[in-house]
Order: sequence, then C-alpha cells, then structure tokens
Amino acid sequence: MYPAQFDYRRAGSVDEALSLLQENEDAKLMAGGHSLIPMMKLRLAQPPVVIDIGRLDELKGISEGNGSVRVGSLTTHADIAASDVLAAHCPVLAEAAGHIGDAQVRNRGTIGGNIAHADPGSDIPPVLVLLGASIHLQSPSGARSVAAAEFFQDLLMTDVGEDEILTHVDAPALGAGTGAAYLKFEHPASGYAVVGAAASVTIENGRCTAAGLVVGGVDATPTAVDVSSLTGSDLSDDAIAAAASGLDAEDPIGDIFASGDYRVHVGKVYGKRALAAARDRAS
Amino acid sequence: MTVSIQLEVNGKPVQAAVEPRRLLVHFLREDLGLTGANIGCETSLCGACTVLVDGNAVKSCTMLAAQADGASVTTIEGLAQNGELHPLQEGFWEKHGLQCGYCTPGMILSANYLLTQNQNPNDEEIREGLKGNICRCTGYHNIVEAVKYAAERMS
Amino acid sequence: MAGVLGTSIKRREDPALITGRGKYTDDLNVPGMAHAAIVRSPYAHARIRGIDASAAEALPGVLAVLTARDVAAAGIPGVVPVGWLLPDLKTPAHPMIAADTVRHVGDAVAVVVAEDRYIARDAADRVAVDYEPLDAVADVVAALEDGAPAVHEDAPGNVAFDWEIGERESVDAAFASAAHTVQLDLRNNRLIPHAIEPRAVLASYDSNAGSMTIHMTSQNPHVHRLLMTLASLGMPEHKVRIVAPEVGGGFGSKIHHYADEAIVGLCSMKLDRPVKWTATRTETNLTDAHGRDHSTHCALALDADGRITGLRVDTTAAMGAYLSTFAPAVPTYLYGTLMSGQYDIPAIHCHVTGVFTHTTPVDAYRGAGRPEATYVVERLMHLAGETTGLGPVEVRRRNFVSPDAFPYQTQVALAYDSGNYGPAMDRALEMIGYDDLRSEQASRRGNGGGRQIGIGFSSYIEACGLAPSAVVGSLGAQAGQWESADVRVHPTASVTVYTGSSSHGQGHETTFSQIVADRLGIDPEAVEVIHGDTDLVQFGMGTYGSRSAAVGGSAIARSVDKIIEKGKKIAAHLLEASAEDLEYEDGSFRVAGSPDRSLGLGDVALQAYLAHNYPDDLEPGLSATSFYDPSNFTYPFGTHVCVVEVDTETGSIELLRYAAVDDVGNVINPMIVDGQLHGGLAQGIGQALWENAVYDESGQLVSGSLMDYAVPKIHNLISFELDRTTTPCPHNPLGVKGVGEAGAIASPAAVVNAVVDALAPFGIDHIDMPLTPEKVWRAVNS
Repeated sequence: MYPAQFDYRRAGSVDEALSLLQENEDAKLMAGGHSLIPMMKLRLAQPPVVIDIGRLDELKGISEGNGSVRVGSLTTHADIAASDVLAAHCPVLAEAAGHIGDAQVRNRGTIGGNIAHADPGSDIPPVLVLLGASIHLQSPSGARSVAAAEFFQDLLMTDVGEDEILTHVDAPALGAGTGAAYLKFEHPASGYAVVGAAASVTIENGRCTAAGLVVGGVDATPTAVDVSSLTGSDLSDDAIAAAASGLDAEDPIGDIFASGDYRVHVGKVYGKRALAAARDRAS
Repeated sequence: MTVSIQLEVNGKPVQAAVEPRRLLVHFLREDLGLTGANIGCETSLCGACTVLVDGNAVKSCTMLAAQADGASVTTIEGLAQNGELHPLQEGFWEKHGLQCGYCTPGMILSANYLLTQNQNPNDEEIREGLKGNICRCTGYHNIVEAVKYAAERMS
Repeated sequence: MAGVLGTSIKRREDPALITGRGKYTDDLNVPGMAHAAIVRSPYAHARIRGIDASAAEALPGVLAVLTARDVAAAGIPGVVPVGWLLPDLKTPAHPMIAADTVRHVGDAVAVVVAEDRYIARDAADRVAVDYEPLDAVADVVAALEDGAPAVHEDAPGNVAFDWEIGERESVDAAFASAAHTVQLDLRNNRLIPHAIEPRAVLASYDSNAGSMTIHMTSQNPHVHRLLMTLASLGMPEHKVRIVAPEVGGGFGSKIHHYADEAIVGLCSMKLDRPVKWTATRTETNLTDAHGRDHSTHCALALDADGRITGLRVDTTAAMGAYLSTFAPAVPTYLYGTLMSGQYDIPAIHCHVTGVFTHTTPVDAYRGAGRPEATYVVERLMHLAGETTGLGPVEVRRRNFVSPDAFPYQTQVALAYDSGNYGPAMDRALEMIGYDDLRSEQASRRGNGGGRQIGIGFSSYIEACGLAPSAVVGSLGAQAGQWESADVRVHPTASVTVYTGSSSHGQGHETTFSQIVADRLGIDPEAVEVIHGDTDLVQFGMGTYGSRSAAVGGSAIARSVDKIIEKGKKIAAHLLEASAEDLEYEDGSFRVAGSPDRSLGLGDVALQAYLAHNYPDDLEPGLSATSFYDPSNFTYPFGTHVCVVEVDTETGSIELLRYAAVDDVGNVINPMIVDGQLHGGLAQGIGQALWENAVYDESGQLVSGSLMDYAVPKIHNLISFELDRTTTPCPHNPLGVKGVGEAGAIASPAAVVNAVVDALAPFGIDHIDMPLTPEKVWRAVNS
C-alpha cells in the first residue's frame, strides 16, 4: 500500500520525456499510472525515477483520416469507449475499451499504458492485433512503428525500447460491410479477461470476403486464429464454429481460476460467438 | 525530494509539498484530514477511496498526490451543498443503501459520476456503472434502489 | 411510542456515514502518534535462525524494532489464547510474536515503529530474517496423513480434537434397514471474511497513569479487553480502555483476539507513545481468521415413504496454525448440533476431527458452523428428493418437524422452541412461480439448448443467540453468553442506553432506540444508545452469532421493565395509590379504572431525581441494569429458492431469481432486517459461486488479494425477492430471534442445488463450491 521512494519528474513535452528517460537509468514512464502504481504499492516495482508523461496533450486524442483512426497513447479508456469517431469508424476498439476494469479505472488508465504493460488479460491487445493496428514509438533517434502482432512479445513484454515512448496507435477504419465484435469472459475477482475474443467479418455482395479472429488471455500474447476457411463461406453457425475451433496454444496460461485447457476451450466458444456477432453486425 | 502541488479540494485552494510517492488518498486523509475516502484494498479494486478529480470518478489510491497538481478534487465531504444533502446521500439514507458505511463515500461518488454520464440508468446500467466499488454488507440490493431514488430526485 | 416497533425508521447512524464524518479507527489521529508495520513470515513453516534489524533501525524516522525477545524481556504473558475448550483439546502455545518457528504465511516475527507509515513499511522491508524453511501442510485432509509435517510438536498427527455428538449405533441401524440411502463427499470451501475496513488499532499508553486506551476494530470490546490484558499484555483489566469507533464490517473477523493488536499495544507501552497500525488488505487476508474449510463425508437413510431414518456425518475441519478465539466451538457445537435441520430425524451421528494446518487460523465467519451444517443437510435433501423420486419440495415437506411438535427435542442436543416450516416453503413456491419454472425447465431440456435452468431449495434452521451461559460453559466456553444493558431515564425523561452489544454496521442505535421507545411510549429521538466503549459500558459480550436483538435487545427490554416497575412505585406514592393498581401505557402511569389519575414519565422521572416527595423504602434515581441470560437459543428458519441458468458450453452460471422467505420472529425494523438478509445472501452466494481461499502445496495463499479472491460484485448479483412469516420466539421478552446470518446460512445450498438441478440431465449430482465455470464445464464433460 506504500510505494518505495522514488524521484518524480514531470515531462512537459515528448522531447523532454525522452531526454529524462536517457538521463535516468531504470526510470519508468507513467501515463495514467494504472498499471504502474498498483505494482509500486505492492513494491513489485520500485523504479528509482518516475517520469510523469500524463500531461502531454500532444499524445491525447482520437482522429480519423485516410481510412484509418489514430488514438494518442495518453487517451483514456473512457474517452476511447465514448468516442464518436471510433463509434463511426472502429467501434470494436471502443467496445473493448468499455470492458476494461471499471469506470474509475477507465477514467485514468490510458491505451498507451495498457498496451505497454501488456497484461495477457487486457482487453485492448487482441483488438489491435485483429485490426492490424500499428503502434508508433519515438526515441531520440527517431520514430518507428511496429505491427501490433509483433509488438506483444511475451508476458508483460513488448517491443518498446528502453529509450522509447509510445506515442500513438493507428488502426485501419472498418470498411463498409465489415462487422467486428469483442466478447469478454471476465474474471470475477480481477475484472481482467480470462478470455477476450476479437473478431471481424467482411461481407460483400452476400459473400464473406474476409474474416479474422484474435483471442486474448489464452497465451502470453494475443493468439490469432486462422479463420480463412470462412472466406467464401456462407458464414453458417457450423462454419463459424469450425473456424473458431482452430484456436490453438502451445503452452496456454493457467491459474487457479481457469486452467490452460479450459482457456483454450472458452477461447473457441467465445471466438465462435464473437465471429457470429461480427457476422450479424456486418450484414 | 518533495513535489509542490496546488489544487482545489472541495472548492478550496490547497498548496502542499508532498513526497512523490504519497498517494492521493493518503494526502487527502492524513494531510488534509478528509477521512471520508477510505482504503479497503491495495489492488485498485474496492473503490472505497473513490473521489472526483475534475468531475471524473477515480480511485485515489491509484493516483499520486503529485498527479493531482492543478486538479479540482471533490470528496464526500464536499458533496453536500449549503448543508443540503446531495440526492444520492438522501437516497442511500432513505433506501438503506449502507450498513457499516465504509464503502459508502466511494460508492456515492461513483454513483454521482454515473449519473453525470447517464441521468436515468436502469438496474443493469447501475450495476455496470458501480462495478468498481465493493460493498460487503448490503448485497448491493439497496444500493441499486438508492441510486434509482437519487436519479428520480435529480431528474 | 405506539407503532415504533416493526417500523422501518431510517437509521440514525447514517448522516455521519453518508457525509464522510464517521470516524473509523484509521481516521483517528492523536498527538505524538507513531506508526507500526509488522514483519511477517513469507513461509508457511520455517525455523527462525536469526533476525538482523540493524538496517531497519538505521533508517531515519524509525523508533524501534521489536521481536519475540522484547516480548520476553517485557515480562508479559505474550500469548494469544483460545477461548473455547473441548475435552482433550490440544492447545499449543500461540506467541504474540513468533520466537523460533513460524507456522503460517503472515505469522508475525517482528514489528517496526516509525514516525510515518511509509517509513515503517520501508523499515519492515529492511528487517532481515534468516529462515530455515520446513515442510508444510496446508490441506486439511493431507494434514492427517501419515508423515504429514507436524504443525505443533504437542499435537500428534496434527489432531486438535476429536468430537462427536449423537448415537452412532442407532444411525448404523437406520442405514442397515433403509429403503433409500444417499451419500456425498464434499468440501466446504475456505473463505476470507473481507470486512471492507481492514483491521486497525490505535494504542495510547499513558505511563503516568499506567493505563492504556486502545481504539480498535472490535465486535466485542470487553472480550478484547479481557483477552488482551489477561493473556497478552498482562496489564490490569481496569487500566485498559477499549473503544470500538465506527467499525467497517466484521462478519466474525473482528470478534477474535489477534496477535497484531496486542503487538501494537506492546509497542505503545515500550515507546510510551500512541502507536497506530492499520492492516493492508494483504495483511488482513493473511491474518483475519478465515471461515469454513471442511472436508465431509455424509449420508442420509430414508424409509420407503421418503421419511428420514438416519443421518451420518463425518467431518475434518481445519483449525489453521493456531486455535483462534472461538475456533473449537465452530465445527462442533455450532455445527453438529444443527444437523437435524428442519426435519424430524430419529437418529443422527456427527463426528468431527479438528486439524492443525500451516495456514491462517480458522474461526467464526458469518454463520459459523451453521452454513456448513445447512449445506450438508440441504445437499443431502436434494439428493434424497432425486433418489426417492419425491422431488425437492415433497421430500422436505414430508420430513418437516410438525408444527404441533414444538418444543422439539433434536437428537443433537438442541431443543427447538418454536417453528412452523410448511408456510415458509409454501410462500417461497408461490413467489417463485414454481410450476411455471418447472415447465420452462422441461421445455429447455426438451430443446437441448446450451442454456439450462435449475431450481434449488434450501430449508434452513439457524440457532442464534448462543445461550444460556451455564450450558455454553459446560460445553467449554470460557465466556458467558448473556448481554447487559444499563438504561437510564434522565430527569427530563430522555433516555440513555448503555449496551454491551456494539454495532459494526447493523444499526443497533436505531433498533435499540425503537425497543426503548416502544416499551416506554416515548419518541425514539429521545433515546441515545451508547456502545463500544469499555469505560462507558458496564460489560458486554458483543455482537456476533445474530445475538444482538435477541440477547442485547432483551436485556434492554428487561431494564426498561424494571424502570417501569420502579416508576410505578414512585407514581403510586405521588398519586396516593397502590403500586399494584398502576398501569403504564403510552408514556403515562395511570391508576387502573381512574383515567384522570395519571402522571407522565417526565413527572415521575423528575421526582425520582428530586426525591423530595418520595417513598421511604425506595432509592432515588430512575435507571436499571440487566444482565440477560437467555434460557435457550432462538431458532429462525425459512426456505430459500434459487433459480440459475447454466451455459453448458462454458460452465458459466447466471443467477436469474432468488426468493427467500424467512421467519426471524418479531421484527423491530423491517428495513434493517431485509438489509441483513441481503448482505448474508451475497456472502452465501459468494461462497457458492466465487469465493475460495486457495493454498498451494507449500502453504502460500494464492488467492490472497482481490485480484484472485472474488468477493461478490454488484454486476454479478441480482436483486432479491424477500418475504417473511412470523413465529415469535416464545422465551425472550421481544419475541425476536436474529437475522444477521440467515442469508449466509441458507444460500450456499440453494445455489448449488439449483446448479445441480440444471445439470441433472448430465447425470451430475454434486460439484464442490465454488462452482467456477471450469468446474461446471468439466462436470458436464466428464
């Protein structure tokens, strides 16, 4: 309940944050603090320096253009969930953000902090992987972007370098004919996703032309399921169930609430249900 | 080291120098003597410490006092205006929405935030809106009733 | 005031609590106050080879680091005692601070006192304890196996006690001739109470007076004072004042005397400064006494008509690492004695083995033994309904104790004073729309869909207000089970009540004022209720076991009656009448048959204090103290019906309906009674569906935080449907029985029976609590 001592630096700009990061070894960036502060209260994290980037307005906000949506890394889950821009162009991201934690957590937690923490039970990562989103990082040597599928590397491990700041996320807007859905099997204690299934289905002229399914919570990182069998199919319940049953995880995560086997099973069921919901939204 | 902060708490300006690690809830409770916000867990789940920061419900145990610099904070002590109970306070009293009272300040402030987002929530929306607040006494039944009472009064 | 009893008066406790002005222990600050942090064992079982506190002591702001050596050097008893003794009970020592061996994760090994709570935590992290880890056993069944690690050298085989009640032979005979038998192996899951306010203590020693004031999270301040002074700190009882300010829930966890509160008292004595300690949630979960944790084999024998002929129960009950305050009573006298349920059972035998494990101690948690007993009986009744083909309603109805059989002597010591079980069940069936639900269930089963519904029953009996003292004493209690009340009528006819039942959320101030107002015929606002302070209140046993209204309230009623009797003598003197001719009604003393000859309570009260015109043989003053010792327990009962929907594809359970018809006797404040039921239901449903204290094989509590231990949340519960029947308690002056635990006692069985009912087509007859989706899914697929 009582964090260990640390020095506090507040960054006034991304550049200042980057130089503070360079100057202070083992410093931690703090956006909303909703991943970091809980760890610090339990003294599981004891950074010598915390760099507060929470006031960098340049990293906040949601916009749309050129067929994609951009979400600044400091945008709160509450703002994402309530975004008119996302409701129009990428509702599944808003849907997933609305499932995170609770109202208070959504008011402080940010998308950047969330994905940089990379909890396997987080609601956002599977959606970003599903969408083929790119995650933008900035360091003193420049900016780069990385595909969401490559960004999440392992349990609580991402592609963010020690000298980098996550600036924003770009995701393709969902086109006409595409429906997407995020379904969550919530842990009754933590509120994290035991399993979170993100699915999309595109229907053109009555035929399925594309489909995707990514499941979180089953493995250390979001698990993409090959549902290409749905392309060209009639998207019948049976076809969807067959496609979702392709979910596989070599070494699924398990805990006292849900074993690995069970998570895989629920992943298939929720995958199926998410695909069906996406289909219904597409048509 | 200490961090200088200036903020507004329940409408009054406050200036302080705090240790960076000082949680907002400890700042409110111990430095300002506003003991209405309570601490019930250490994993940001119970919501007993909920306060409003710039109108948004937040868990003051998961926020550094330093992060509140420049913010406007409302605690349960600041909810009643001119000696008049807020309709939510009335509702919790009227509908027996509390027993031991420990979760109540946080519960009321979360409900307050909910009603700013949704003026006429149904039972399911109330339950969804308050999922960040744990009550061990009431089984929540009368909390739902209390929020409905307040929503009606406020509309 | 007429009509004040049975009325939902708003709580007088609430204005402070809804505005943030209520003061809980951690809210209190006094000049010179220091903060304690306790260093706890990370091991379930280890030898302490040494403790190096030098790095902690060197930290600026640190005032002291104390260990078991300091307890010994202080020359105090330094132990945490057990308050209920069974025959041949093993009572290994429980030192306040572990000296050479730690026996559960969280066992206290040192305490740091510092100027600030952050520094205290910093310093606690710097206390270097050299442990030699030892093998541990956390599971209650494994602890009995040959070669299991010993928790205490003086408790061979880890057995704390071996206890039985009833007649084994007659039960054997019943089974030998039974037409039907059903049996079950079940676990009653270990629970963590989770009062939302963590335990806290502020101890202020005054070396000049040699006295100490302790503010703490207590359900029973006088009992805490007794145990704290006698067994832990060795201070004279009259030099210690314990105050329970606002207490944020307890559910049993704040009954018990813990090492931590005593340690903080010692710190204050040593430093001659006020010292505060507030547990973190992690600490409360490691140190608050847990509940339940049984492994049970049970069986029921029935004749061809479906009448029960015998019940056999064999339970292994965890005690944890040490015997907590009332721990030995919980799985024995509060469990075995409840095995007759609502039923006329001619032969019962219950055998219980109490077992030490390397875990947090287990003690009374809401219901304390009675939920476990109800779960055994009501799960068996569900199976009996299936096996006999009678179904859950008829098999129960056929076996209910008949309403004309009261008082009813069970085969397990208790004698039920009153009851009428059929109407409560009838009303529950009516509320839930039973026949329609069965039709809906049949149609869903016919359709073979993935969402099946189930209907579960629980017809429970409760025994509240443990009593009388002589009987509980003969059963091993080291305490009386009466309650005291001092009622003082002031010269202006307002009243102050001093009660030994202190509240921690139940609304005693409101309820008790209603009792006085009703009996004295005055406005409840004219009644003040004082509780929770050993310097103000004469003595008290506290609030637990659903006893406050039945025992504490009855003590108040007795005192009021004494006051009325005395007032009649004063009034008779003033009215020049005979006291025998006086009646008291609506706040006035009247001469029977002469309505114009009367005096108000105020006239009499004033004269009682003036004593100017006063009977020669009467002392002045108008107050009365009662120590009410009931003649029996009270026996609330009811029938609860739960309806669930099970997603057979994932095993997820959704609550659809929950109807409860309870008979708690006369009701003082219906709003508060309903609230108590709601809260109990949430905790019982929580036990059935979510809550589970899980230890791994090394004795680590792996569900020690709210991240893993699921207390019921608002979005996972539903609104409840409640109704009542009223069968007054015949042996107390109020006719009340108690309601605090009913919900937690009845509901686990109702929920599990509902889920098992939903899954009947899959051949499932039992799943252990909590019914997590994975367990349900595995059962469906096995």
